[in-house]
Amino acid sequence: MQVNENAKEWKPLIVAFCCNWCSYAGADLAGTSRLSYPADVKIIRVPCSCRVNPMFILKAFEKGADGVIMCGCHPGDCHYSTGNYYARRRMTLLFSMLDYLGIDRKRTRVEWVSAAEGQKFSLVMNDFAKTITELGENVKLGDIRCKK
Amino acid sequence: MQRIGVFVCWCGSNIAATVDVAKVVESVKGEPGVCFAQDYQYMCSEAGQQLIINAIHEHKLTGIVVCSCSPRMHEATFRKTAEKAGINPYMVEIANIREHCSWIHKDKDEATEKAVILARAAIAKVNLNAPLQPGESAVTKRALIIGGGIAGIQSALDIADAGYKVDIVERSATIGGKMAQLDKTFPTLDCAACILTPKMVEAAQHPNITLYTYSEVESVKGFVGNFDVKIKKKARFVDENKCTGCAVCTTKCPSRKGGNEFNCNLDNRGAVYIPFAQAVPNVAVIDSTRCLHFKTGKCGLCEKVCSAGAIKFDQQDEIIEEKYGAIVVATGFQISDVTKFDEFQYTKHPDVITSLELERIMNAAGPTKGTLLRMSNKEHPKDIVFVQCVGSRDNTARGKCYCSKICCMYTAKHAMLIREKYPDVNVHVFYIDVRTPGKNFDEFYRRAVEQYNVDYIKGMVGKVYENENGRLTVQAVDLLADRRIMLETDMVVLAAAIEPSSGVKDIASMLTASIDTNNFLTEAHPKLRPVESPTAGVFLSGVCQGPKDIPETVSQAGAAAVKVVGLLAKDKLVTNPCTATPNELMCNGCSSCERVCPYGAIDYVEKEVNDHGKREVRRLARVNSALCQGCGACTVACPSGAMDLKGFSNRQIMAEVDAICK
Amino acid sequence: MQKVRGLVIKRAGELLSDGTVTRVLGYKCGDFFYDVTPAFFESADQLSDLEYGSFCGANLSKYLINACKDQKEGKILVLLKPCDTYSFNQLLTEHRIDRDKIYVIGVGCKGMLDIEKLKAMGFKGITKVLDNGDELDIKTIYGDKKCKRADALLEKCVCCKGKDFKAFDEVIDVEEPGEKGADRFEGVALLENMTSEERFAFWNNELSKCIRCNACRNVCPACSCMKCVFDNPVSGAAGKVNSNSFEEKMFHIIRAFHVAGRCTDCGECSRVCPQGIPLHLLNRKFIKDIDELYGDYQAGEEVGSRAPLVNFTFDDAEPSIVHERGNE
Repeated sequence: MQVNENAKEWKPLIVAFCCNWCSYAGADLAGTSRLSYPADVKIIRVPCSCRVNPMFILKAFEKGADGVIMCGCHPGDCHYSTGNYYARRRMTLLFSMLDYLGIDRKRTRVEWVSAAEGQKFSLVMNDFAKTITELGENVKLGDIRCKK
Repeated sequence: MQRIGVFVCWCGSNIAATVDVAKVVESVKGEPGVCFAQDYQYMCSEAGQQLIINAIHEHKLTGIVVCSCSPRMHEATFRKTAEKAGINPYMVEIANIREHCSWIHKDKDEATEKAVILARAAIAKVNLNAPLQPGESAVTKRALIIGGGIAGIQSALDIADAGYKVDIVERSATIGGKMAQLDKTFPTLDCAACILTPKMVEAAQHPNITLYTYSEVESVKGFVGNFDVKIKKKARFVDENKCTGCAVCTTKCPSRKGGNEFNCNLDNRGAVYIPFAQAVPNVAVIDSTRCLHFKTGKCGLCEKVCSAGAIKFDQQDEIIEEKYGAIVVATGFQISDVTKFDEFQYTKHPDVITSLELERIMNAAGPTKGTLLRMSNKEHPKDIVFVQCVGSRDNTARGKCYCSKICCMYTAKHAMLIREKYPDVNVHVFYIDVRTPGKNFDEFYRRAVEQYNVDYIKGMVGKVYENENGRLTVQAVDLLADRRIMLETDMVVLAAAIEPSSGVKDIASMLTASIDTNNFLTEAHPKLRPVESPTAGVFLSGVCQGPKDIPETVSQAGAAAVKVVGLLAKDKLVTNPCTATPNELMCNGCSSCERVCPYGAIDYVEKEVNDHGKREVRRLARVNSALCQGCGACTVACPSGAMDLKGFSNRQIMAEVDAICK
Repeated sequence: MQKVRGLVIKRAGELLSDGTVTRVLGYKCGDFFYDVTPAFFESADQLSDLEYGSFCGANLSKYLINACKDQKEGKILVLLKPCDTYSFNQLLTEHRIDRDKIYVIGVGCKGMLDIEKLKAMGFKGITKVLDNGDELDIKTIYGDKKCKRADALLEKCVCCKGKDFKAFDEVIDVEEPGEKGADRFEGVALLENMTSEERFAFWNNELSKCIRCNACRNVCPACSCMKCVFDNPVSGAAGKVNSNSFEEKMFHIIRAFHVAGRCTDCGECSRVCPQGIPLHLLNRKFIKDIDELYGDYQAGEEVGSRAPLVNFTFDDAEPSIVHERGNE
């Protein structure tokens, strides 16, 4: 969570894991095309969606993230040919487990964004940020000490 | 502790207009490890780079963070800059404050705040960076081609012409493959043998090519540039060096009950045989399962008639070991099993044949010497029905879901050839769709319809049975006219689906090359790397990768050859330093990582470890850094967290998460 | 059960004396009759201490990991119930144990008893429990009592996997086959049908009991790592205690995730939890999801099978399916 000093309004904190080959490039294209999305979204570059360990996602929530999104190449287009297929299973099961524990399912998302889909990247991030803003602050899965 | 320099680029006004670069510089100065921070108009310029180099020298920096455009743009540039200044190029991290920040946010405060956070994440990461060294491995300048059909021959010729040694391993007694069995080729109708056999001879005579016919790949070890391969040369029971190919033995052999594979078993051959007249090598082979000498210990007629003394009943299988730098898989295809489609009576009636059988019947060297005859009574047919898509585009368990691609064209070819040679024969073709993309392909098909009056009927055949006139009745539906039709015919020709050759699974697992659900080998990227397998150093040529016709096969064979040549031309391979590495004290040897590795880069060794004084032998994962491409799939599959990825380690990514969420 | 114990001791004695095996991994009694613990026996004489009865619920397969590593000569005899053989196979699949060093006696089973359930039924001062077919004779210091055997079964036995041994060298099976297990996903489905808030309240309550004793981890045959990720300083997740509600959840989510697709549902985690947290409900959630999304898969059914999380199909469900199904 961040507090915008001027407006004093609550802003969500969103962590986006993007694979280097497709989604990170898609985000670059969104930038090149000047397609805006909220500054609440912070991108972490990983080589492939299969590099995203569920622990990274939980860690982000612990430290105060309000939403975590993972973006990778479309299934079938993985630079490493099969990485996103494993990531897809891992994330499906992890998200299902978080939901099972009663943590808002809308706080987690996977989207496949290709290097050509700058527009999609921007739309996805706008939509996700909107969803998280509506959900409000994440209190269920966080370390209370990180909430100042 | 690292000594980190942070360099904030304005990118002219691209960044500076939306991000307060001076504020970013001020904000990061207190971050752990940061001992220098500066902004500059164009960091990537000559002067900007010099600024970085000077700062590295002056402040004895061990790592740098450049807040600028996307790392996809200038990461390589700044790595070179770092190297010039004498620090390891992998001690550089980029904070993308242009594409991911200044270009998409309008509010300057907001954009500046985000830029600071992105810079902090990069600083947190570089604090944990370690110098990385790309490895090197040598390249054996020799290529192996598995499969001696047109794909393998073409790849071999192209590689050999470029000056490298090539070995072809072919499991049958001659090279040539399926193309050698074809009569004519579409869309030019030139004779297959006339264009193929010169290439076969060229391959045999090329000083850089070695042929291992009647041989199979036994095992493959090693990795790109350094494959160790064992080839089993099966005993031919004929001395290749002595046999002159006179074929006297093949005519004298008294064991003549078995089918002749080259003619699709439509006629018989002797136990000692030469596959066909233009076989390369033109050397006889004894089929020990049929030879009377092997069965009874008697006979030996071939030995008596061979004036060259080439028959060697005591010949043994031989194992050849060779090293290769690259491997091309060109294992081709086979006709899928049509016996599952019993509604067409293939197993019951000799006049129901596959298209490949028709090729042999139409061929001058075939069982009927090229005369179109019914196999049941050797009479001239009056009507022929072609059935398309037998097993292709069939989602049921007995068929293949894919389009075999070549059948529409060869059926048009057959129809046309028959109408040309025997204008009295009526030709009907049942099809689902006619697919003729390709240069001069649609024109070819239209000629069959318009010029040769071939009767194309959209619809599938439901049933074929022998009627009381001794002919065949075909029950079908005409979808366009929306009516059932019963056709009386003399022959039915099935365009059976093609499938990857038997044994491709074994080859794929030896090579750790992946195959899809239809057993076609998978390419490294379906669009951008279509002739490479995901396993480095393994290339794909021909139908083993997917259905294709001869021109496509030849193009792909050439493309694969270029990739091989490109690899063999290198003296050393530089390997990606961002590879996975297991922590030996934490590895359980559970095999999870191996299973998700797309490159077969992980194997296991029994190794003695010293775990804080406790010595024991453990099964440990071992990553071949020459093969690892650094995707990181294994790092997450590993339950103990023993496997980590250099350049994107668990701690580094966690540190980024922490910095962003701070 | 006395009969089985006799047969086991006799056979184990024979195998020890003829040299087929050099030690026996079985059970012996602890301070209380129901407090049965795994134990090694190295000679026929020691076998008189070997216990085999209705409280031998513990899954012995995990103890083979270290036993296979000791430098001792000869084979280890291990007693495995049908359900234990799944864990045994899973350990073989993961190369954690050496089949050549192990001699498996499969011991038939009609379900093991849960002392906690008996206590919960109000029986106090229990001195002995006699198996009497479908009924239990419970001797207590306050007199003899009775209860239905089915009511006192361990959770894992209520949802019995069946009576087939998936691995064995020989079988001692004199028990009447029990009834087929109940639906093991009932508890998971119950939770799934709750609202998100109710689920959160449920798990918050359950997991807040966790004292991070690591018993679940230490007993779990799938948690067979030399060193756990939570003990690995470079994993970024190292932590020995639950300092807040996040860590309680983190530990159990990651633990369940790490065994997802490898967990044979042996139920040991819940059996040993001193706080009575129904940990199997986490593992079974993964199993249920895997079965529903990727097709039925039973870890340990066959050696060498590919676990669902190191496998995929091209048309696997998208993660958004989580958002589409079930209660919000």
